[in-house]
Amino acid sequence: MEYFVQQLVNGLTLGSIYGLIAIGYTMVYGIIGMINFAHGDIFMLGGFAALIVFLLLTSIFAGLPVVLLLLVMIAAAMLTASLWNWTIEKVAYRPLRGSFRLAPLITAIGMSIALSNFIQVTQGPRNKPIPPLVSSVYNVFGISISLKQIIIMILTVSLLTIFWYIVNKTALGRAQRATEQDRKMAALLGIDVDRTISVTFVMGASLAAVAGTMYLMYYGVTVFTDGFVPGVKAFTAAVLGGIGSLPGAVLGGMLIGLIESLWSAYFTIDYKDVATFSILAIVLIFKPSGILGRPEVEKV
Amino acid sequence: MANISNTHESAGGNLTARALREGFYAGVISLGLFVLFVGLETTQNIRNELVLNQRWGLLAVFVIVAAVGRFLSVAYLRPWLAARKAAASATASTETEESFFKRNFSKIAIVALIFYPPLMVVLFGVQGSLKWVDNFGIQILIYVMLAWGLNIVVGLAGLLDLGYVAFYAVGAYSYALLSQYFGLSFWVLLPLAGILAAFWGMILGFPVLRLKGDYLAIVTLAFGEIIRLVLINWTEVTKGTFGVSGIPKASVFGIWSFDVSAPNNFAKVFELPMSSAYYKIFLFYLILALALLTAYVTIRLRRMPIGRAWEALREDEIACRSLGINTVTTKLTAFAIGAMFGGFAGSFFAVRQGFVSPESFVFLESAIILAIVVLGGMGSLIGIAVAAVVMVGGTELLREMTFLKSIFGPDFTPELYRMLIFGLAMVVVMVLKPRGFVGSREPTAFLKERKNVSGSFTKEGHG
Repeated sequence: MEYFVQQLVNGLTLGSIYGLIAIGYTMVYGIIGMINFAHGDIFMLGGFAALIVFLLLTSIFAGLPVVLLLLVMIAAAMLTASLWNWTIEKVAYRPLRGSFRLAPLITAIGMSIALSNFIQVTQGPRNKPIPPLVSSVYNVFGISISLKQIIIMILTVSLLTIFWYIVNKTALGRAQRATEQDRKMAALLGIDVDRTISVTFVMGASLAAVAGTMYLMYYGVTVFTDGFVPGVKAFTAAVLGGIGSLPGAVLGGMLIGLIESLWSAYFTIDYKDVATFSILAIVLIFKPSGILGRPEVEKV
Repeated sequence: MANISNTHESAGGNLTARALREGFYAGVISLGLFVLFVGLETTQNIRNELVLNQRWGLLAVFVIVAAVGRFLSVAYLRPWLAARKAAASATASTETEESFFKRNFSKIAIVALIFYPPLMVVLFGVQGSLKWVDNFGIQILIYVMLAWGLNIVVGLAGLLDLGYVAFYAVGAYSYALLSQYFGLSFWVLLPLAGILAAFWGMILGFPVLRLKGDYLAIVTLAFGEIIRLVLINWTEVTKGTFGVSGIPKASVFGIWSFDVSAPNNFAKVFELPMSSAYYKIFLFYLILALALLTAYVTIRLRRMPIGRAWEALREDEIACRSLGINTVTTKLTAFAIGAMFGGFAGSFFAVRQGFVSPESFVFLESAIILAIVVLGGMGSLIGIAVAAVVMVGGTELLREMTFLKSIFGPDFTPELYRMLIFGLAMVVVMVLKPRGFVGSREPTAFLKERKNVSGSFTKEGHG
């Protein structure tokens, strides 16, 4: 029982990270109907920005409090990743918006290859380990919960609250939802569609950057290929929850995290990615609209 | 801000001011983009700790290039392009007779390819030709064949497949494992690998047929990854990440062998000096024949009812269904035939390398093949071949550019930039020419005369 709960905690931590990335996929898909394949690499880029800022800060000011260090890391990662995603959207995706459906997907795949190789070229191909930032572990009823896990979960919950508020209660969120439903009509009603789409990319990237920083802190290592597998898993999460639905993305992320950690705990760890990918295939085949998504109506 | 929308202003001052401003913005943005990743480098010191290396000079180069590039593009390139476009539309385009070279391009290309290996032997000698025949000839032709195979699925039937490399892997492992465990020869296993891959194409194709467009793409990606992960983890059979090595060579239909010890060794029979170049030249012709077979089958299939059904499916699935076409069998045959050619290419790959491991079948390979198909203009066989030569040959050429070492210093390795340039090229070509290198497509069915359909009238990816 304790072992099970322990795995539950681990799974939820991992799921929070996947959920944060998945929101970026689901929002972009919702608003322009495109699978932003490079999103996983934006996540990786955020992790690298955090890593470099961490090294910079620790080399200049030794003995900085960990809270401040983490905050600066997250802020820098968010800024850098947002700027990258904003630029990519403007340069690579916007000119193709009216084009045929495959065009943005191919461009995004090209961008994903370019981004990971850019990091490989500029930062080197080796694993980048960092010393543990927070190492305290608490024991609650025989279950060990590390401070890292608590930070990740608290951060995820608070970010989601802010995010939920923006999407549901502000003018910006209304503009986003309107653009999602009918881009042409939204433009006719005076919404700056280009700007709304840009903001969506920026929001997705900043959440992915937080996830990247958390991933770095949790595993203590990052490498230039780190974007692909978490990216595909987060996309799986978005699809599982119902693509286009924000609560669905978080729910899907949690489920994927739980499945992965429970599978590794009770079955073979070798096949844990096979399990995730199989779930993606099974969900798409039997319930393509996901858990919380609306079914697509076929119109002639 | 008032004059931003004033793009037609060609008079000097205003435009230059705007270009300066845009250039400045570009500089600031690129500073933000690159300050962490280019300005600083993480390296390991002797105690294996990460330390930062400062590269502000390189960062300055990046920022200046971005700013100046943006300035020049806004101030000179765009007005020039606009002027040229206006001039082009002013002079009405007249139909010009296509040149002899353009009309007979495919015949000339095939003849040139047949004479390619002897020419290389004459130019560089028997050993010197090895690099040109193997690294350029065979490498490019494998991708041409794979792209033509995928073209059946993506270009003709309009089903986006991101896991094509799985069938390539099935073909390669079929040959590798069956020849190791049962000692069967290449000529028996080549068709068998194709059949097995087609079989897998059907198995994977069956459940995903209900899906459309992007969803289909992601499920095929998942299947591709599952097959690769199984190859890694099923160590008893596949030997996992170590791969299968010592795969026997192919022979010329069992008449001449390329094994050094065999009595009917090719070089011994013809009393030539021993060299591995003969084997490579044989492989070159083999893959050329396989690729041409793919092209021939594609061309013939397009004229058959099934090919017409694929193209109808690509254009409009609902219309297709209401006309009584069985979409399930149509999609399945596209999947299976595409997979079969992937399987042929896979068994060729195994025979060429003599070694297969899951490393060769990563998602990146699928992406490269798909990129070639899309950049070639989807459905156009010649366009795809051109795209393969440009993308694979171009990145392959980077390995040869040792003179760059003298410019950028001895540490500079051009190979590192191969995939970076490949990815950027995908983006740039897509943004500039979304329809690929060949922008128009020949219709297969037509009334009275054959007119080229402009690319913008056709659509893809609506599986």
